[in-house]
Amino acid sequence: MRKSIKIVLRALIGIGALSLMVAGAAQARVDGDTIILGSAISLTGKYSTNGIHAKNGYELTVKKINEAGGVKVGGKSYKIKIVYYDDESTPARGAQLAERLIKQDGVKFMLGPYSSGLTKAVAPVTEKYKIPMVEAEGASRSLFTQGYKYLFAVLSTSEQYLSSSIALAAEIAKKNGRKPQDLKVAMAFENDPFSLDVRAGVADDISKYGMKIVIDDKLPRDLSDMSATLTKVRALKPDLLVISGHSKGAATAARQIKEMKINVPMIAITHCESAKVIDKFGPSVNGFLCPTQWSETLSYRDNFFGTAAAYDKLFKATYSNYKNVPYQSAQASAAVMVWIDAFERADSFDTEKLRDALADTNMQTFYGGIKFSEAGNNTAKPMVLRQIQDGKFNVVAPSKWASHPVEWPRKPQ
Amino acid sequence: MLDNLLVLVQAPVLNIQLLLDGVLIGSIFAMAAYGLALVWGVMNVKNLAQGDFVIMGGYVAYVFTELDIHPIYALPVAFVGMFGFGWLCYVVIIRRVIGKDLFTSLLATFGLAILLQQAMNLVFGSDVQAAESGFDTRFLFGGMVSVAEIKFVALVLAAVLSACVVVFMKRSRMGQAIRATAQDARAARVLGINTDRVYAFTFSLNAAICGAAGVLIAMIWVIQPFFGMVYSVRSFVIVTVAGLGNLGGVIVTALGLGAAEQFSAFIFGAEYQVASVVLMLVAVLIWRQIQQARKRQVVE
Repeated sequence: MRKSIKIVLRALIGIGALSLMVAGAAQARVDGDTIILGSAISLTGKYSTNGIHAKNGYELTVKKINEAGGVKVGGKSYKIKIVYYDDESTPARGAQLAERLIKQDGVKFMLGPYSSGLTKAVAPVTEKYKIPMVEAEGASRSLFTQGYKYLFAVLSTSEQYLSSSIALAAEIAKKNGRKPQDLKVAMAFENDPFSLDVRAGVADDISKYGMKIVIDDKLPRDLSDMSATLTKVRALKPDLLVISGHSKGAATAARQIKEMKINVPMIAITHCESAKVIDKFGPSVNGFLCPTQWSETLSYRDNFFGTAAAYDKLFKATYSNYKNVPYQSAQASAAVMVWIDAFERADSFDTEKLRDALADTNMQTFYGGIKFSEAGNNTAKPMVLRQIQDGKFNVVAPSKWASHPVEWPRKPQ
Repeated sequence: MLDNLLVLVQAPVLNIQLLLDGVLIGSIFAMAAYGLALVWGVMNVKNLAQGDFVIMGGYVAYVFTELDIHPIYALPVAFVGMFGFGWLCYVVIIRRVIGKDLFTSLLATFGLAILLQQAMNLVFGSDVQAAESGFDTRFLFGGMVSVAEIKFVALVLAAVLSACVVVFMKRSRMGQAIRATAQDARAARVLGINTDRVYAFTFSLNAAICGAAGVLIAMIWVIQPFFGMVYSVRSFVIVTVAGLGNLGGVIVTALGLGAAEQFSAFIFGAEYQVASVVLMLVAVLIWRQIQQARKRQVVE
């Protein structure tokens, strides 16, 4: 072909493609009578288990609202649909996919990925394009110190995870005639951003009470053995042992505490549920204190799902292989509820109006209260502390929500 | 740090705990490291999928617990199963990269590692799993030192397996063939040894040893599809320090590594556990460099 014809042809194709993209983009966020939300989530890779829990949570709310007729905006009812891409548990991929959702698929309303690491990768993208994102699975405190205006999180942030255990230890000390400042605390945290955030919260609370830190170990990310740390615990006899290392840390701690018959009056560990410590280690894990974002026994309620227990029942009926509903699913369902509430209050699809509506959220849900601070994190819902008693999780703190008294001191099992 | 040292001095019995834990941990590393030394020495293939073979063995044990069979019986099953799997890997992948350059063989085994990780993740999910052995813990020295029986069993099994492998290498025809091929592959071929068969056997033996180690690891610690890297790295460290032909050296190094990790975790804090091991590796390499420089000077 002649060179000039080639050039013209290429230019025409280019213009055609561009116009298709632009036209596609304008339609994608609201497709006829369906509102499209987007999410990059971990369907494969090391976070896949929790990524799928979160996706099921998102989908349950979507199913329920669509069955009820949809969301009312501008006098018309719209169904909701969520577009998912698999971020393969890799932050770089998550950021890429978020960019694709926003730029190519024209999504204007985002839901968060699983894990703080992935949320940290996606947040700058949504912030850059001024697309509001409601996330339910990134608890790291550092997400909310960056000045993001378009990020909203329904879950309690990381530094709150273990702080109620410190408060509980102080309370029990006072009841037994000891001063909180005489307490010795042993800490073992995995050396990753989330666990170190949890540690920062614990360290803050410890200094508030004036307690003494006798062990401060940062466990390496790779080796799943804490026997050296536990030998130290046996030698130094602390009053409280605090451990956070995702499910690996919980499983390793449960096993080795049992094996080495470590005797500490109070032991608090995160991620007990996702490590399935009760299933795996039986009665030896009685007495462990495990923080949780949500429990189906709490007396939260709303007009959409009803009580926490009702949500639990509906989830188990909808998804067949769940013995316990993980809090990752509950908070994901709450995130979609936040979007629905924002759509109805803003009564518009304009992203700026929606961002402002999200910032003004103040609602009660089966998952807990949701009210966002300036920085975007939820200040209306506390982390709840549960203790494993006779092979079951019972809420023991904060006292407002406690259903059982705490068993103290913990006898070695 | 000094406080922790003081604790060790004041309560010497704790040293025994750390030493014991270290030796028991090290014995399992020794198994994975020996397999790597075999493959590296005989075929000059640096197997980056070593840790993933270990984790696969661990999942065999996990499957046994799911089927309500005691995981200790998974040991022979994992050994034989991984042997077969190793043979398959050799025939499909490794055969094509023997004799090629370093980069190709690393890339091939790295690709295999990724494939195995993702396959295990798809089949078993990304949760950590463990295989409960139900064994108890023994207490010595008035309750100050605890030894989990399963760790002791693992030490014994590792020793037995190593002994078997050593005897096999010394006495059997295949063992002789392997040693001959390791010394000089071309000469071995000239003498009528089927080096392809030898390589396949070596690689499969490595996979089998790793599988057995994995069963023990699942019973003592936890496994997860992406934890293989730990065991790969430590195997490489041990083999680098001990040298390739040297089973005795590998065992001693592995035990020393385990003990060193425990002590440094206790004294310096758990976050320095890996750092101290790598520092020791660097120190050994520097020492070796100095020694060889001296030798070179003498020759000149």
